[in-house]
Amino acid sequence: MSVDATPPLLELRAVERTYVMGDNIVRALRGVDLIINKGESVALMGTSGSGKSTLMNILGCLDQPTKGTYLINGRPANGLSRSELADVRGKMIGFVFQSFNLLSRTSALENVEMPLMYQGVSTRERRKRAMAALQRVGLTGREDHHPSQLSGGQQQRVAIARALITNAPVIMADEPTGNLDSKTSHDVMGILQGLVAEGKTVVLVTHEADIAAYAARVVTLRDGQIIDDHTQVPVPTEAA
Amino acid sequence: MNILTTLWLALRALWRNKVRSMLTMLGIIIGIGAVIAMVAAGQGAQESVKQVFAGLGTNVLMVSNGSAPNFGPSGGAGSKLSLTWDDLAALSTEVSSIKYVAPALQTRTQLASEDNNWNSQVIGTTGTWFKIRNWKAAQGVVLDEDTGSSAAKVVVIGKTVATQLFGQASPIGQNVRINGQPFEVVGVLESKGQGPMGDYDDTLIIPVKTYQQKLEKGLAKYIKGQFLITMADGATAEKTMAAVTSLLRDRHKLGISDEDDFRIRNPAEFAKAQQDSTDRISTLLALVAAASLFVGGIGVMNIMLVSVIERTREIGIRMAVGAKPGNIMTQFLVESLVLSALGGLLGLGLGALFAKWMASYFGWPLFFPVKTAAIAVGVAGGVGVVFGLYPAIRASQLDPITALRYES
Repeated sequence: MSVDATPPLLELRAVERTYVMGDNIVRALRGVDLIINKGESVALMGTSGSGKSTLMNILGCLDQPTKGTYLINGRPANGLSRSELADVRGKMIGFVFQSFNLLSRTSALENVEMPLMYQGVSTRERRKRAMAALQRVGLTGREDHHPSQLSGGQQQRVAIARALITNAPVIMADEPTGNLDSKTSHDVMGILQGLVAEGKTVVLVTHEADIAAYAARVVTLRDGQIIDDHTQVPVPTEAA
Repeated sequence: MNILTTLWLALRALWRNKVRSMLTMLGIIIGIGAVIAMVAAGQGAQESVKQVFAGLGTNVLMVSNGSAPNFGPSGGAGSKLSLTWDDLAALSTEVSSIKYVAPALQTRTQLASEDNNWNSQVIGTTGTWFKIRNWKAAQGVVLDEDTGSSAAKVVVIGKTVATQLFGQASPIGQNVRINGQPFEVVGVLESKGQGPMGDYDDTLIIPVKTYQQKLEKGLAKYIKGQFLITMADGATAEKTMAAVTSLLRDRHKLGISDEDDFRIRNPAEFAKAQQDSTDRISTLLALVAAASLFVGGIGVMNIMLVSVIERTREIGIRMAVGAKPGNIMTQFLVESLVLSALGGLLGLGLGALFAKWMASYFGWPLFFPVKTAAIAVGVAGGVGVVFGLYPAIRASQLDPITALRYES
């Protein structure tokens, strides 16, 4: 590798993750090498216990490898303090969760704004960007709705707007359609595909093949190791 | 994250659980309220003691007949007469640390004006007495050296007596019948309010010679009353008392083993003793109040711990989107700080109201302890920080993955 070559966006080298649970040592990841470049859409697949969630937590800087190296833009992300990890998450990664994870009794607008509060963005700027993000996911007019007043699909779109607002290059989506019906799932995946088209990198965790089909690359894990890594032509959606 | 945003978040979080926040604050409200009320009451009581004894005059000693409190049966103070007119003269000339000395003979008797009756204390004394008591006339004049040593039938009356006998009319030049004898009112004294033995203003003063002739019916060798002494500037009470004691023992020809046949009292000492006791009581009450503040603080900690657990998922979400452990800690710390400080302010108001009520109920001067109030609100805030710290640290140390998975 030449010195001036652009390093990959996300790079795992021989990453291991072990948990100690009582007397048992659980080896969730046993030596994972993975490179994800800017603009890719990657589906992490596998049965439960395969290590796909652990892998996503490490990629999302929510967790740290026990062994191995994790590089973001060529800079090591392992060995960072909790505070530094929070910083990386805030700037580099937007999360979309299965259970939406919106703050209850808080308006859609404020939910979307929240990440910017931790980056010291002024109230006016926050508001402006949150409105734009909500517009991007097609929720104009719902700014003041609380999560309980929104449908599942709408809530997930608020979550996507929240992931977008920091202009983070990576979107981590953990079973984003797990709580949605197939029509809404289709819509949400369409939005995510649209983000890829805009140059975002989307990492998708799913155990459903028809959801993985929206990604251009599928990485399959079993027992903490990558057993398959192939590219495909993603399923087209109308929104894309 | 800036301070205003943090404060706003805290206020919203507290507002969401209005009833709970209010109940939690109640502990702080009561604690701070009690501290303020007790300190205000203590200072009010102190001040009223000070005022009461200030009415007696400053640097004053009182010498009266009779033995010091003794073991076994005794006739009580003043039961055995020993002080003489010659003693009085000797004190004023021979003891250098005495500035003024005056006799005060007193009895309760029936009074009458044209229209009203009253019963009050009549004091027979000299013009010096007014200097010792530092008491001036509000209307007319007080007795001076001439009138005080004469046998004139003149009287200076206190405010209460004036009101009882003459109502709103001016008493000057009017007649008061004391024990049936007519006296001309020459002065009304300034009001001094309540004293340790009751209303200072419920009194009449007549020349001592007149007193002996008209009320005692005779000029006795012994004085049925007491001496009031003002000590010279710079003289200590101890030295003056020792000088008076040795002079009187000498004049009364008491042997070494004989007890004093007179008593010397120092009102400043009573005042100090009284102040010390109110001081002790108010310190005790303030301690109790501080304990209730402590309990209030524990209430805050308890609620904050519950709040952290309830909001585990919120904490996880905030961490996932970039909140640092420090942000989370600040958020919870500010919440408990706001809770306690608000409680402190409300408690301040409550304490002030209670102090006002007590002052009017007990007739104390109203004291609002500004310094204590400032300290109390500071303490309330401090309670918030101290008792909020542990829950806040717990919140900040949650693992984001676990927190996100938390099912409430």
